[in-house]
Amino acid sequence: MTATTTAPASRKRSGGPVKTTDRAKAERNLGLKLAAPAAIIMLLVTAYPICYAVYLSLFRYDLRVPEENAFVGLDNYVLILTSGVWWEAVLATAVITVISVAIELVIGLAFALVMHRAIFGRRTVRTAILIPYGIITVIAAFAFRFAVQPDTGFIGDVNPLGGTIGSFATIIITEVWKTTPFMSLLLLAGLATVPEELQEAAKVDGATAWQRLWKVTLPNMKSAILVALLFRALDAFRIFDTVYVQTAGQFKSQTISGLGYNALISRVNLGLGSAISILLFLMIIAIAFLFVKGFKTNLGTVKGED
Amino acid sequence: MTASTIGAERIGATTAPAKAGTTKGAAKQPGSGAIWKIGTAVIVAYALFPVLWILSLSLKPAADVGDGKLIPTNPSLGNYRDIFTSGEFVRPLINSIGISLITTAIAVVIAAFAAYAIARLDFPGKALLLSGALAIAMFPPVSIIGPLFNIWRATGLYDTWPGLILPYMTFALPLAIWTLAAFFREIPWDLEQAAQVDGATPYQAFRKVILPLALPGVFTSAIIVFIFCWNDFLFAISLTSTEAARTVPAATAFFTASSNFINPTGQIAAAAIVVTVPIIIMVLVFQRRIVAGLTAGAVKG
Repeated sequence: MTATTTAPASRKRSGGPVKTTDRAKAERNLGLKLAAPAAIIMLLVTAYPICYAVYLSLFRYDLRVPEENAFVGLDNYVLILTSGVWWEAVLATAVITVISVAIELVIGLAFALVMHRAIFGRRTVRTAILIPYGIITVIAAFAFRFAVQPDTGFIGDVNPLGGTIGSFATIIITEVWKTTPFMSLLLLAGLATVPEELQEAAKVDGATAWQRLWKVTLPNMKSAILVALLFRALDAFRIFDTVYVQTAGQFKSQTISGLGYNALISRVNLGLGSAISILLFLMIIAIAFLFVKGFKTNLGTVKGED
Repeated sequence: MTASTIGAERIGATTAPAKAGTTKGAAKQPGSGAIWKIGTAVIVAYALFPVLWILSLSLKPAADVGDGKLIPTNPSLGNYRDIFTSGEFVRPLINSIGISLITTAIAVVIAAFAAYAIARLDFPGKALLLSGALAIAMFPPVSIIGPLFNIWRATGLYDTWPGLILPYMTFALPLAIWTLAAFFREIPWDLEQAAQVDGATPYQAFRKVILPLALPGVFTSAIIVFIFCWNDFLFAISLTSTEAARTVPAATAFFTASSNFINPTGQIAAAAIVVTVPIIIMVLVFQRRIVAGLTAGAVKG
């Protein structure tokens, strides 16, 4: 029973005894029918709007001056890419992403090791770590804002949210707090796949705990680390909620998503805003591409697909 | 192995062996236990501190909000009374619960069909569907709020429940499909074949044999999808303008903006606690399932 339970469905299928063409055809049809609703909804609400956004980005399309709407080609993109505000947002987004993901990797790994090794309070610690994950990002952002602001906080009269460094630090700390649990759970799952015999063998050979971590544990969970980094980097790059609540983009902390939101919703300039959002979209694709090619992360393999 | 242990079995695949192995290993090394105990304490403190600060603020009357103390000197439930009587919070709370529950129900049902097909059937476009879903999960929401804003205004979906449920579906579906497909792969398919030998159609085999076995996985993905909808902010502030559909995260953000003269900190904190407590209870009760669901399929195990 155990063997058949773990065998992938596809292998059992192809290796199955007698398979008639009719049956294969019926299976194909059922498969398509079952998958169709999900595929159609995802296409309708994602692919269609993104195409529409590409179209809008080629127009001067400002809802406040609808009479001036006109096809402008790539003018919106030129305007954005030559503007200091855009590059400031790119810098802010990159700084927040790189620093917070780097810190998350270190803390997340430490947490994963504790969760992996802890004997007492195993349940407590796993429950505790899920609390930041479950808390609404906006609420977490408020919690940290209230904690550091002089009129509601506990760190005294300094106001980190009144300057650039402090604003970035607060935003990054909030992001780290909120998303490290997710990172550490992914790493924990990777940790569980490292064979215990390897650890024992290294121990017998006299390796210290530190050496075992660097020479045995980490190399063996490389794919889990890369997947965790990729997921978090892509997620961090679209950061919006925390910045909106804590600084509203002041002190050079406006991110690309925030810039897009301001153009699209606050100033209803759909042409310019769409161009910003398409550029963000392309950057996300580029990051994913770099990860997959640069680190040879085979998402198919690590995501459990054959 | 009985049907009900299957969910637990697959969770065990990633966590239980480690436990068995390390308990032994750690016991061999005297003194190493203390490090892990301290580590545990650090993690618990890390997770709880901001929540305790918010809880403390929510219990402080407006005059005490600035005292910087973790334990309120004059604890009162005044902030909670205020948010539940003002209506500024009650309606968004109803919207949040309604929209999240409806999205979760629809997304999980549709995703269950797709995940079943992915885990079980050979059909063209399977790999495309999976990678497409993964791509959408990584998609920046800001890329589609502009077009949705425009289309929703034209079609009357702006500032309505369906206007939020639809975009939530796109992001909820990939989450649910990945989680469910990972769970579905662990189901003993022999049972389904047995049902088909007994004369059940593939659909009957799905509904009567596999679905009951798959319910733990379905439930897990429902929790994860619900937390996603509950958390969304960008769609909520972009596609709503009034109380008709504004959800709690959006309402909380505008809470501050609209009342500059009274310090709304205590009330925001109270609202934060009200929307956080159900999640904490859910996490406490379903901890194992959520951990399994979040990492489902992330690492081959």
